[in-house]
Amino acid sequence: MKRIDALEAIYDDIADCAVVTIMGAVAVELYSLGHRPNFFYLEHAMGLASSMGLGVALAQPDRPVVVIDGDGSLLMNLGTLTTLARYAPPNLTHLVFDNESLLSVGGFPTATSTGSDLAAMARGAGIASARLVSELDEFTAAAREDLGAGELTCLVAKVEDVGPASFHMDLHLLENRFEFARALRPDSDERNE
Amino acid sequence: MPVSESSSKVVYDALKSNGVGICSALPETWLVHLIRLAEDDPDMTLVRLAKEEEGVGVSMGAHLAGARSALLMQNHGFLQAINGIVSGAMLYKIPLLLVISDRGHLGERDPWQTEGGRFTRRVLDALNIQRAELRTLDEVEPKLTRAMTMAQSSLSPVAVLLTRELMWEEPAP
Repeated sequence: MKRIDALEAIYDDIADCAVVTIMGAVAVELYSLGHRPNFFYLEHAMGLASSMGLGVALAQPDRPVVVIDGDGSLLMNLGTLTTLARYAPPNLTHLVFDNESLLSVGGFPTATSTGSDLAAMARGAGIASARLVSELDEFTAAAREDLGAGELTCLVAKVEDVGPASFHMDLHLLENRFEFARALRPDSDERNE
Repeated sequence: MPVSESSSKVVYDALKSNGVGICSALPETWLVHLIRLAEDDPDMTLVRLAKEEEGVGVSMGAHLAGARSALLMQNHGFLQAINGIVSGAMLYKIPLLLVISDRGHLGERDPWQTEGGRFTRRVLDALNIQRAELRTLDEVEPKLTRAMTMAQSSLSPVAVLLTRELMWEEPAP
């Protein structure tokens, strides 16, 4: 399964969600499918996308939140699984694309390439429904199920270690940041609280 | 325990009066009363972390979603969270209220705390993070309010140091 195909398969399903992605190929590929104001691409602070998603989900319990994570980022902040499990916001869906590689920096293999199992770690952390998929149809069905589950979920998807031809996005990270805040809080101006 | 319960309450009340609705925390001795106050408050969302850098992400998400938050951390927790502060909050212009216990400063008795204290202020300075030092009960509310105001208007991290003078009550001899 290619990540871009998986993202395309759920692109319509996440239209109304606050989406927080990690940097690199994940961000570029989602952006290439069509940017939306409710999509935030965390271009640095590796590992913290899931923590950000938790912050959004706790601050706005009625808004569905999707974190699109990767193996390298999640490995950098494994404690996040225990924190997510502890507070288990029912409006948070955690998707993890595992290409067993730090693709954006040249394809160095991560520990999932030698057997570390992120879905098992998520279950061990307390996210009982966490599971691993490796086929596109399976991913699409599981992701849709998770998006409608009404509870914290974690879906790990094995994907090929291929990415976009270019990592350029015609969207400055600050533009993205202010637009995202406006999309999340249409009734308040963050500079005038 | 000689950590001041009354001072902790004053700090907590100042967080509340500044609209803080989400506190992330990793326990340490000087923070236990503050964390218990947050835990017992039905209007506060307490996020107990595995490591302090997570709290930067939580506060970033909370801010973008319109909620005020604070990070309760030891100075070593601040040192631990620096990459998130720089490449998350600073890069993305997001306010943080860092409430840092000022361990390892003059009067510190725990040998293992003595190294980090040498660097807390210098690292804050190196990062251009403005700070207030809370030493007396009277200054807690006004200084914490100014810190929050500055964080919100500058969209950047501001630190409040909880000093030994405020947080520690020497037991009677």
